This record gives sequence, C-alpha cells and structure tokens, in this order.
Amino acid sequence: MTFLLRRALFYLITLWAAITANFLLPRLLPGDPVQAMITKLGGRLNSDAMASLYILFGLDEKKSIWAQYVDYWGALARGDLGLSFTFFPTPVADVLAQSLPWTLGLVGVTTVIAFLLGTLLGVYAGWKRGSWLDNLIPVTTFLSSIPYFWLGLIAISVFSVTFPLLPASGGYAAGLVPEWSGEFVGSVLEHAVLPGITIVISSVAGWILGMRNMMVTVTAEDYVLVARAKGLSRRRIMFAYAARNAVLPSISGFALSLGFIVGGALLVEMVFSYPGLGYVLFQGIGAKDYPLMQGVFLVITLAVLVANLLADVGYLLLDPRTRREG
Amino acid sequence: MTVSGEDRSVALEARGLVKTYRRVRAVQDVSLVLHRGCVTALVGESGSGKSTVAKLLARLVEPTAGEILLDGEKVRRVREYRRKVQMVFQDPFASLNPVHTVRYHLTRPLKIHRRPETVEELLARVNLPADFASRYPHELSGGQRQRVAIARALAACPEVLLADEPVSMLDVSIRLGVLNLLLDLKERLRLAVLYITHDIASARYFADETFVMYGGQLVEGGDSESVTQRPAHPYTQLLIESAPDPERSVAALDAPVEEAAAVSAGCQFAARCPKVQARCWVEAPPRSDVGAGHWAACWLHVRAAGAAA
Amino acid sequence: MNFKTRLGLGILAFFTLLAVIGPWIAPYDPSAMSDDLLSPPSGAHWFGTTTTGQDIFSQVLVGTRGVMVVGLVCGVLATLLSIVVGVTAGFLGGAADEALSALSNVFLVIPALPLIIIVASMLPSADTVLIAAVISLTAWAWGARVLRAQTLSLRRRDFVEAARASGERTWRIIVFEVLPNLTAVIASGFVGTVIFAVMLQITLSFVGVVSLSTWNWGTVLFWAQSNQALGQGAWWWFVPAGLCIALLGTALALVNFGIDEYANPRLRKVRA
Repeated sequence: MTFLLRRALFYLITLWAAITANFLLPRLLPGDPVQAMITKLGGRLNSDAMASLYILFGLDEKKSIWAQYVDYWGALARGDLGLSFTFFPTPVADVLAQSLPWTLGLVGVTTVIAFLLGTLLGVYAGWKRGSWLDNLIPVTTFLSSIPYFWLGLIAISVFSVTFPLLPASGGYAAGLVPEWSGEFVGSVLEHAVLPGITIVISSVAGWILGMRNMMVTVTAEDYVLVARAKGLSRRRIMFAYAARNAVLPSISGFALSLGFIVGGALLVEMVFSYPGLGYVLFQGIGAKDYPLMQGVFLVITLAVLVANLLADVGYLLLDPRTRREG
Repeated sequence: MTVSGEDRSVALEARGLVKTYRRVRAVQDVSLVLHRGCVTALVGESGSGKSTVAKLLARLVEPTAGEILLDGEKVRRVREYRRKVQMVFQDPFASLNPVHTVRYHLTRPLKIHRRPETVEELLARVNLPADFASRYPHELSGGQRQRVAIARALAACPEVLLADEPVSMLDVSIRLGVLNLLLDLKERLRLAVLYITHDIASARYFADETFVMYGGQLVEGGDSESVTQRPAHPYTQLLIESAPDPERSVAALDAPVEEAAAVSAGCQFAARCPKVQARCWVEAPPRSDVGAGHWAACWLHVRAAGAAA
Repeated sequence: MNFKTRLGLGILAFFTLLAVIGPWIAPYDPSAMSDDLLSPPSGAHWFGTTTTGQDIFSQVLVGTRGVMVVGLVCGVLATLLSIVVGVTAGFLGGAADEALSALSNVFLVIPALPLIIIVASMLPSADTVLIAAVISLTAWAWGARVLRAQTLSLRRRDFVEAARASGERTWRIIVFEVLPNLTAVIASGFVGTVIFAVMLQITLSFVGVVSLSTWNWGTVLFWAQSNQALGQGAWWWFVPAGLCIALLGTALALVNFGIDEYANPRLRKVRA
C-alpha cells in the first residue's frame, strides 16, 4: 500500500507542478499574449468573462502574485478555464469536455492494442532468438522512426485519395447526429480505422523491441532453466515464467512513455482532423488561443497521470516484490 | 605477546564499537587492539559482523557508538587516518576498476598521500613484474589482482592493514602464496595486520592472535595456538570440529545465523549451542580467563562463588 | 561492429555531410519561387515543386542543417543535464536523491508536446537555438533516470569503496571512477535524445509553432499540409521530407542498438 500511496503523492505533486507552470508561463514570458486578444474582442466579452481571463492570465496588475495564484486555483476548482478565442464564446471547459471522449477512445484503444500486440510479438521474438523474427527488427525500427503524422499523411494519400476506401477526416460522417445508432457507431468506427492503424503501426515497434530484449535477458536466467528441467510445457514457461518477469519493465516503461504516445496521437488527430484534443489544440495554435491551449495541456497531463497510476496498480499486482515492500 | 626487542607497540585500538543498521545490531561492543608486526585474526561465519568491523576500522562506515584510537589518539581528519590505515578487499574481481590500468590504480594513492615511490617499486614489493603496470584488471588472474590490491594498499605507506578475507575468493593453490606475501610484508614493514576470515585453520597458521566473533559479538580471544588447539567457547569448538579432518567425526552445525534482529539479554549462541544451560538464555555471560591471555565469554567457564562450574 | 551499426553510422555521416554542405550544393534557393507550379519530380526539379514553384529538393537539402543542428545542440545540452542530475542523485543518495529524482520524474511524466507548444507560441520569436534550449529542458529527464539507476548499482561496488579507502575525494570518485563506467549508457542516452529532439522539432515546425524563416524538414511538411498537397495528389511534396526523417531516425536507432549490443553481449545476434 505504501508503494501506491507514494506514487499517488508523486502524481499530486506533478499535477501541482503542471498547474503552477500554467500559472507562471504567461506571466514570465515576454510579450502580453492575452491582452491583445482581449482588446480585439473587448466589446463582446461580458465582465465575468473578462474577470476570469484576468485571473487566468494575471492581467490584474494590482494584485500580488500570491493573491493571483490563489485566485487561479479558485478558478480551476470551479472548472473555469476561461473562454476559448477560437470557439468564442464557448468556455474552454466545454470545448474540452466535448473533445476528450474522442481522444480517450482513439488513444486508449490503440495504445492498448499496440501494447498487447507489441508485447506478444516481442515475447515470441525474444523466445526464439536467431529465428526469422529477428530480421523483423530493422523493419520495425524503420517503422517506429516514421513520425506518426507523416504515416497518417501517407495513409490518407493511399487509402483516401488514390483508392477512396476510407474517410480522410473527421470523427464521423458529416450530417450525422451523434447518437447510439448503428449508423452512427458504424460511421465512427469507419473514421477511426485510419487514425487508429497509424498510431498502432508507429508505436508497436517500441514495445516489440523492449519486450524482446527483456525476454532475451530473462530466458538466460537460471529459474527458466529450472522450469525447463522440470519438464513444464514450453508455452507455460514462455508465458508464466519468462514473459511475466520480462514484461515488468515494459509496464513501467508504458507509464513513462505515455506522454510521448499522447503527443504522437495528438498529431495524428491533427492530420486527420479527428475531433479530439489534438485537433482542438491545433486550431488553438493558429489562433493563439492561450486559454484553450493551456486547458488542453492540463487535461492531457491529468489523463497521463491517471494512466500512470493505473499502470502502477498493474505493476503492483504483477510484481510480488513491490507488494511485499508496499 | 613475547617481547623480542622489535616494536610491538599498539597501532590501532578499537573500544566498544557498536554499529546498528535500522533494527539490526551488526556489531555489538567489540574492542580490539592491533599491534605492530603482529597479525590479529578475526574469525566468524557470514553474518557474524566481521566485515562490518573491517569497514568500521577503515572508517568507511561511521560507528553508532564506540571509538577508534590510532597511535593512542582519535584522529579527526579522515585523510590522515587513511594514510595510516589501509584495506584489502575480499573480491579481487570487484575491487579494481575495470576501466583503469594497474598503473592508474597504484598512482592515485601515491599522489594522494604524496609518496616518493614509483609504481614499479610497488609492483616489485608484491612480486609482480614491472610490465604489469600497463595491464587492465581483466588481463590478470585472481591472485595477481589481489597482489595489485595489496600494492595499492601499501602505496600509502600505512601502519595498519585491514585484510577482509583476502584469500577466500582465490584458488586454494594460490592462497598460500598471498598469505606468505602478507606475512613477509608484515615483518619488513612492521605492519599491524587484521586478518578477517571464516577459515579458523588459516588463523592458526597466519595469525599471532585470534578472536572469534558470533552474532556481532566477540566470544573468545587469545593467542592463536591456544584458541585453535584448546577452544573454550562451544562455538569455537564447533568451528574447529567442522574443519575437514578425516580422523574426527563431524558435529553438525545447524541452520545458518539469522541476523540478530532483536537483541536478547542472554547469550547470542544459546539457540545453537550443544552445551546450553538455562541461564544462557537469560543472562549474557561475562568473559572469563581460561589460560594465559586466553579468554572466553561462556557460562561454562565462570566460577561463581560457591557454585560448581 | 556488425552490419546494422555500420549502416546506421553511414547514414548518420551522410546526413551530417549534407548538413554542412547542403546550402552550397542546393541547385536553387529554397524560398525562390518560379513558374513551375506544383510539378512532379523531373530532371530540373528532382523532388518536384510546390504551389509557388519552389524547388522541394533544395528545401529538403537546406533543411538538413536545421534538423541536425537542433539535434546536436539538444543532445549535448540534455545529456549534460542528465549526467549532472542523474549521477549526483545516484551517488549521493538520501534526501538529495529523493529531491532530484522527484524533479526528474515530474519532467518525465508531464507531456512534453503540449507544454512546448504553449511555450513556443508564447515566445515572441522562436528561433532555432531557443527552441533547442526549450526542447533540452524536456529531454533530459529520461537519461537522468537511467544514469541514476546505473550509478546506484555502481556505487556499491568494491572499487568505489576501495577508492574511498585510498583517500580519493568524492568529486574525483564521481568523475574518474564512476563516470568512465557509464560511457555506454551515456552514449546511448545521447543518441536517444537526438532522436527525440529531432522528432520534436519537426513536429513543432509541422504544427506551425516554430518560426518558419529557417528551413527544416518539418516546415516543408507544414507548407505541404497547409496547401492541401494531399488533396491535390502532390505526393512528392511530403514524401521526401518524411522519408528523410524516417531514415535519420532509423540510423540513430541502429547506432543505439550497436551500443546496446556492445554493452550487453547477450543481445548480439545468434549465429543460427
């Protein structure tokens, strides 16, 4: 239990750091990003909206930094992340709430698929050293060096433009209303195929390699030798003995590389105009929509931290050593 | 100790050393005196605390209690202390840095302690040819590495040499050579040597004085001949008996020492002692004389006033 | 050194060469427009042209320098930082270790891309070196973590204790006894950081956050995307840049494998 508590405490500290960074950045960097926008939109902002923007971006010169900091936390607690400039006058929180499920769906599903697929392939590749699977390595390396978004571009070019098989953009066909109908769900799935496959192909190589290397190290250990001498079936040894130990670094690596994966997925969304956080962020960049960008950052950070915590739970369940210490 | 006109003064004295790690008392009230030109053996099994004693005396670890006197005084500055007290480690494969040559290993202490000797002279002292200086540790055998480690220790021109199981990891055929080297150096340089080992037989050959350690405490001490030939403490007796000798039947030494987590008030050895009595569990035995300069901490040897021993 | 590693080093050398001489040997000025609008690869334009008639081959060639410079600068900066933090934390232990580890973990977990996007867009003028510095700040944490773990295990080895017993000062022990044993890990970390930095920089350019005045492969893709190259079937606009990125990344990864296999003999290819 102490293991989990320590990790949870760490995540809380990280969240605090991210929030504080968000607070400090507009105040530290030269130039006044938000003031210009406010001036432009001035007439259309009501006083509440103005006040919240002031709190978030520290334009209220009269208050001390500490007072501003307290106000900032207050605004966050209320779920007030300001108004988005791009989607004016929608509050940032609403924009995020709408796009979050799309990202969670896409990233969540593809990451799990890539992890499982990659780990399994890595298990086989590591178990059967010297086989043809080893020759896959340079190929998978090349694939993992391809930027996610470029692969997406190629995918669109091949499967949407040259051979119009799958849709090139959007989360679902235009004109459809989001509802739990077969048509809608079908459209969603159809639109998710290309972005999903892009993410899976780009990220699977990392898992394969990591798992293979660990399997190679583990299969050389004595306890695997003992298991073989005992006469256990090879499949049983491969999974219950070798893979179970070899997968541990992958799991802790999973949590850590989540930030990286999320970054890549955001890009895929941008390329496919997939209505998730990535696409929203992309639109915000063009318009220099700081409230939106900061909101996206916070939400993504929160999601990554939660995922990390879940991975820690998984690690705890798999590795008895942590259980004993915990 | 027979006085033979040579310098046998006290080089290092440890009083009441205690080292506690969390709840484990690794070393409990250990007092030792090392004399110049003498080898003092500290014998014990794994977990007895003997390596910790070496680290304490080398000041690689700070004692929880007790003091260490060098030439009769507490030395504050660690630099100065290190010049006079040097250590040879157990594992010749681990005590040399694989990325550095022999020359580097020997030059460093010469520079640190500003000694005028050359690397070649040091190598000659441990009977290694001068061209070994350009070799890397992985190009040397275990025995050769240990000689380099000894040469490194000698580079500082110390008065005390702490040898933590110097030959345990060497092939049996090599051991004698290294031990003889240490004996020779001891005589010529008038070193005070602490010889830590689990092999009590070698203590008889190599050391002038022998102390036996169990569970963090000293249980017996005296000159090597008496301790090894007429062991007084049951543990020492077990140690002697367990050394392979076809003419004797072997007494079983049971389960290995568990770390003395909770310190009991009685004798630490009570759980494994074949001659244990009721009072052994309750009260820790004091030291009693069993011969000239030979003592043991055991109730068997305590002559209480009016009670039969 | 096996074939994989030599291949990786070869590709790397090739790109380094291009980075140095690229602008000199480019047939056209990458920003110069012409009348040859959006034409496919031909004798005059090996990679074809953009919608404003710019030569894509020259753009990619000149862009190599921007990419390699950022990669190198970030690699050096981030590796230095990771050494300082990681080795110190591993060697000193205790409170210093806890604090430094917490620091690197925070940097590690926080998703880098959105953060850098925000920082880069807030900066008035995001020039290459500044971007490189910002990227370095997010890239050092992984290496620090790995170095800390390695240092922890090295610290317990006898030769470190022996150095202490000889009287070596702590800083000398860290620099001369511990660090030389970490070279493989550091080299591997350096290569990994370069990959990371290159990818990140290209991403930032693609997204339009970084200033578009210097050419790099990401800016080529940015223009391709904003001019709907895909929709118009102009595959030649975005394929070369992407391939270069993939090639460079592969080369760096192969070099890293070489280092891994050198350090861990078990990973070397089994002669079946």
